[in-house]
Amino acid sequence: MNLFKYSSPATFYPLAGKMIPWFAIAAAILAAIGLYVGLIVAPTDAQQGEAYRIIFIHVPTAWMSMFIYVVMAFWSALALGFNTRLSAMMAQSLAPTGAIMTFVALWTGAFWGRPTWGTYWAWDARMTSELILLFLYFGIIALRNAIEDTRRADRACAVLTLVGVVNIPIIYFSVHWWNSLHQGATVSLTRAPKMASMMLTGMAIMALAAWFYTIAVSFARVRSIMIERERDAGWVAALPEVRHG
Amino acid sequence: MSEFFAMGGYGFYVWWSYGVAAVAVIAEILAVRARSRRTVEEARLLQPEGFTAPATGGVR
Repeated sequence: MNLFKYSSPATFYPLAGKMIPWFAIAAAILAAIGLYVGLIVAPTDAQQGEAYRIIFIHVPTAWMSMFIYVVMAFWSALALGFNTRLSAMMAQSLAPTGAIMTFVALWTGAFWGRPTWGTYWAWDARMTSELILLFLYFGIIALRNAIEDTRRADRACAVLTLVGVVNIPIIYFSVHWWNSLHQGATVSLTRAPKMASMMLTGMAIMALAAWFYTIAVSFARVRSIMIERERDAGWVAALPEVRHG
Repeated sequence: MSEFFAMGGYGFYVWWSYGVAAVAVIAEILAVRARSRRTVEEARLLQPEGFTAPATGGVR
């Protein structure tokens, strides 16, 4: 199979359209199961009581906030290096979802911090670097809106995204590098998990749901971006939803 | 049931977290849908009246 065939908007548009419902359904089912496990099945935490249940939103969105940025940086590097149209569009499409994930991670972190640490916010390394991530997403979106010429906007946003990627390891390792109010990693590849298996299961299912949600929503958005950018192209005129009659 | 919503006294924090997350997801889905409808409609209006592009799809 020639994968490059799908790297043109004309072929990716209908392919994405076919895949979106499947990713969306998978996300909805996983979220329903994850919420059931997280809110009902998982036991009460011995130290934090029921407050810990915020973890089922907080950790998956925090992971996605960083992961989406890395994927954006990957597409940005491709767009800069090879001048590929679709990669710049994918980078553009991911930014709002990344910003939303970051916002939700910060918000739920604040509402978890208050009952467990006694404060909604602290200028701690983990929280500050995550807040910088939110501003990076806002900055990338604002930069795109500020530049009229699409190709120049692509390049400028790609450069900003790639510069900002240094923030990701800072967020990730902040709890090791600095004395932090934020706790260390809950899940690690090298150590046994520090939580009950049902808690871990609920978190893993919610993380998968967040993945599928991100794929579905970014594919849906990139379809709009494709039309916005190439509305004069023949393939747009030939789309069944665009043709007259 | 009310015991479930009380969340052992942490209901305020738990439901403000879950609520805002739910609103964010719903708002994003609605925004993406609206954008999709708008862009398709704009592309439709760009097509010359009475002109029907061949339904080849995928060919530039």
